[in-house]
Amino acid sequence: MARHQVTATVNGDAVEFLCETGETLLEVLRDELNLTGTKEGCGTGDCGACSVTVDGRLVCSCLVLGVEAEGRSIETIEGMAVGADLHVLQRKFLEHDALQCGICMSGILIASRSLLERNPDPTESEVRFWLAGNLCRCTGYHKIVEAVLDAAREMRGA
Amino acid sequence: MSTMIKYEEKELKVVGTRPRRPDGVDKVTGRARYGADYKLPGQLIGKVLRSPHAHARIKSIDTSEAEALPGVKAVVTRDDFPDLAVEYAAAGELTINFHDVTRNMMAREKVLYDGHPVAAVAATCESIARAALKLIKVEYEVLPHVIDVVAAMQPDAPLLHEEQYTEGVKPRPEKPSNIAKRLEFKLGDVEAGFLLADVIIEREFNTKPVHQGYIEPQACLASYTEDGQAELWTSTQGHFVFRAQCAKLLQMDISKIRVTPTEIGGGFGGKNNIYNEPLAIALSRKSHRPVKMVMTREEVFRATGPTSGGNVKVKLGATKDGKITAAQAELSFQAGAYPGSSVSPASMCAFTRYDLQNVLVVGFDVTCNRPKVAAYRAPGAPIAVFGVESVIDEMAKKLGLDPIAFRLKNAARAGTQTYYGVKFGPIGYVETLEAARAHPHYSVPLGPNQGRGIATGFWFNIGNETSATLNINEDGTVTLMLGTIDVAGGSRAAMAMMVAEELGIAFDRVRPHIGDTSSLGFNFITAGSRGTFSSGMASVVAAREAIAKLRARVARIREVPLEAVVWQDGQARPAEASPHQFVPMSLADIAKVAGKTGGTIAGHAEINAQGAGPGFGTHIVDVEVDRQTGAIKILRYTVVQDVGRAIHPAYVEGQLQGGAVQGIGWALNEEYVYGADGILANPGFLDYRIPVASDLPFIDTVIVEVPNPNHPYGVRGCGEVPIIAPLAAIANAVENATGIRFCELPMSPPRVLHAMDKAAGKE
Repeated sequence: MARHQVTATVNGDAVEFLCETGETLLEVLRDELNLTGTKEGCGTGDCGACSVTVDGRLVCSCLVLGVEAEGRSIETIEGMAVGADLHVLQRKFLEHDALQCGICMSGILIASRSLLERNPDPTESEVRFWLAGNLCRCTGYHKIVEAVLDAAREMRGA
Repeated sequence: MSTMIKYEEKELKVVGTRPRRPDGVDKVTGRARYGADYKLPGQLIGKVLRSPHAHARIKSIDTSEAEALPGVKAVVTRDDFPDLAVEYAAAGELTINFHDVTRNMMAREKVLYDGHPVAAVAATCESIARAALKLIKVEYEVLPHVIDVVAAMQPDAPLLHEEQYTEGVKPRPEKPSNIAKRLEFKLGDVEAGFLLADVIIEREFNTKPVHQGYIEPQACLASYTEDGQAELWTSTQGHFVFRAQCAKLLQMDISKIRVTPTEIGGGFGGKNNIYNEPLAIALSRKSHRPVKMVMTREEVFRATGPTSGGNVKVKLGATKDGKITAAQAELSFQAGAYPGSSVSPASMCAFTRYDLQNVLVVGFDVTCNRPKVAAYRAPGAPIAVFGVESVIDEMAKKLGLDPIAFRLKNAARAGTQTYYGVKFGPIGYVETLEAARAHPHYSVPLGPNQGRGIATGFWFNIGNETSATLNINEDGTVTLMLGTIDVAGGSRAAMAMMVAEELGIAFDRVRPHIGDTSSLGFNFITAGSRGTFSSGMASVVAAREAIAKLRARVARIREVPLEAVVWQDGQARPAEASPHQFVPMSLADIAKVAGKTGGTIAGHAEINAQGAGPGFGTHIVDVEVDRQTGAIKILRYTVVQDVGRAIHPAYVEGQLQGGAVQGIGWALNEEYVYGADGILANPGFLDYRIPVASDLPFIDTVIVEVPNPNHPYGVRGCGEVPIIAPLAAIANAVENATGIRFCELPMSPPRVLHAMDKAAGKE
């Protein structure tokens, strides 16, 4: 089967990989690049567990082809903490006990970061609608929303 | 023989606090490894060919073309597995029968639902495995099918199992039936009770099957070696039970299978059952390569356990002054392709919140052409309680009583004789009702099209076989090995907290791990809200055994009698007023010299934990009904629950919030939709709609603590109760808002709109 050679940036590192035409970015991240922090919950763009950013845009990586990553900059959960310093969102999710099984966490953290980049002072309702594409079956979202609002407060220095 | 440890009221330093969970950092950084995250050198990818029919006889299976495809290393069908006789075993809250388990794993004579496995292949990559599935030729004789439970109970319904005669009916029926079993629970005399009633209400309810909806699809990786040993990594709620089932299905010794549980991405009862695991081992055995199998979301919906849809008939009688005189229910539950629904626990939970003299509950377990149902959080109870709590609400209204006051008047208390057998010890039902009545939510004024609903739930909670090992490390830190799965609620942290409390050390000095099947004795599935109750008890037993050894060691080192040594605040100290005084030794001091003074110190527990405390909850919900779209918005939601004792209150809140929201989904949107062809029409999260963040408000929680007298820290278990009440609470709120009583779930916008139009005379 013909495989394409793709060059991209993932979490700031230059990467090169080979992928089949139909292979998704999610499969590439997990199977070719061993970045298994990004999860597959549905493969159809309904659950948001595979959320990553491509050139700063929030996407479901299961709906992006690996070949579309050519020349792009991709950010995944593995790039969220800087060294030993967790991102404020990661820290707030721990402080608020906002996770249970954790399978949705990577997607929710990446999506929340995207929200706060665009809107540093979201209302509860804005957080809820922004995260409506990220399914969590364990928590009922209560502590997740609290954690995002608290992270926003801290990041604004409020 | 079973283990119970009496509750002791004592000053607590760790229990009741909110430390960070041990699995937290791994889960926010993407490090945590779930089922699909494991890989082995040389692994193949396994895929399953599934039935495209709801009901068909398999005439032949030809795998030759698939086997010839380059890259295909093994194909298995029914011929690769031994047929098994009828033999029952416990698996979570439900009972399994190996005769059926082997058929559900891989169809033999017939396929019984859309998605039923008929063959599996292992190939060098996923695309080749998928191509191979298309080359397998299965010849079917399509048979008539039946999906709905009431239809399946009719005498002329298409029959799934020609040899199935209804159990529990005398004399034995002459004709086979889809009704696998009739069961009955009885107390007093309902006929006499109804004669005493001033008001009698009779209603019929229907609910649709709903899926556990865990976000992580089932995933496993198996490696079978040439000397007949198998290793299995899988996302499971019960690795020991999976090991036993794989051994039986593959006719292997239990000792030759080692199962390592991966981090689990949600289960809620849906990961109590094996699906791909034996197939992966069989494919590995045949191909001599490791085999990884990950389900797609579509496979999860089509072939793994939803819970039953049910038909529930309720009849309730009460006097004018609000005393229930008789309660009767008939529950008919879809079991799916094979018998074994949750109708039994559902029957036992139907009226158990009330102190009643006359009760009759009859349950029917009914096979139909759907996937075999699995447990789902408080299995069956929400279905029964939806009907019962709706009728309770209607009765309160008819009698002109406040719904909480009516419940309090009839509430189960310590000493209540249940109709399923046990007599209640200390329980906290009344306390939850009173806390709900006192909660500010209960008196918030409502606007137009808004309504408030109350409902309550009960779940048994369970204990059972549990093992734990606690090792005192060389530096005085502690490694705690657990055998129940942390199904995500944070039980690892809770167990470490109880151990830290026992040993008198800081929480972060105890590191908990979930062991594989070779590291501990047998542990039953993590189900029935047993994790923190039973593994907590095992951890305490192990800690106390270690403390006994630590004291004995210090007595020897200090050359004092054993009774002169007490364990206090993480130290072996001289007993107060003892003539044998000595310099205390901390855990670290003892650990440092342990090797040279008799060897390392550990504590073990291999127990059958009993004495689980029944759990009760009361929910308050406010809804607003959109008269134009039929959409129901949840405005406010409060969960009040007796949990015995909250070891880690934040994780208990998480259980109450998450459980309530699953119930909200069940009430408002979730349902399996089948076409006339018997094919599942909505096997994906787009069309099977679970609650999203924007559907919900914050879920307020009130933790009531009436300690369980049979647990050292008073734990009852808390995960399952919160899913029970929402269905009826929301229906009661909608009735309050619209005057329309919904007896069918889900109350999705089209149904609500239709009902409102009908009520307004528009149809």
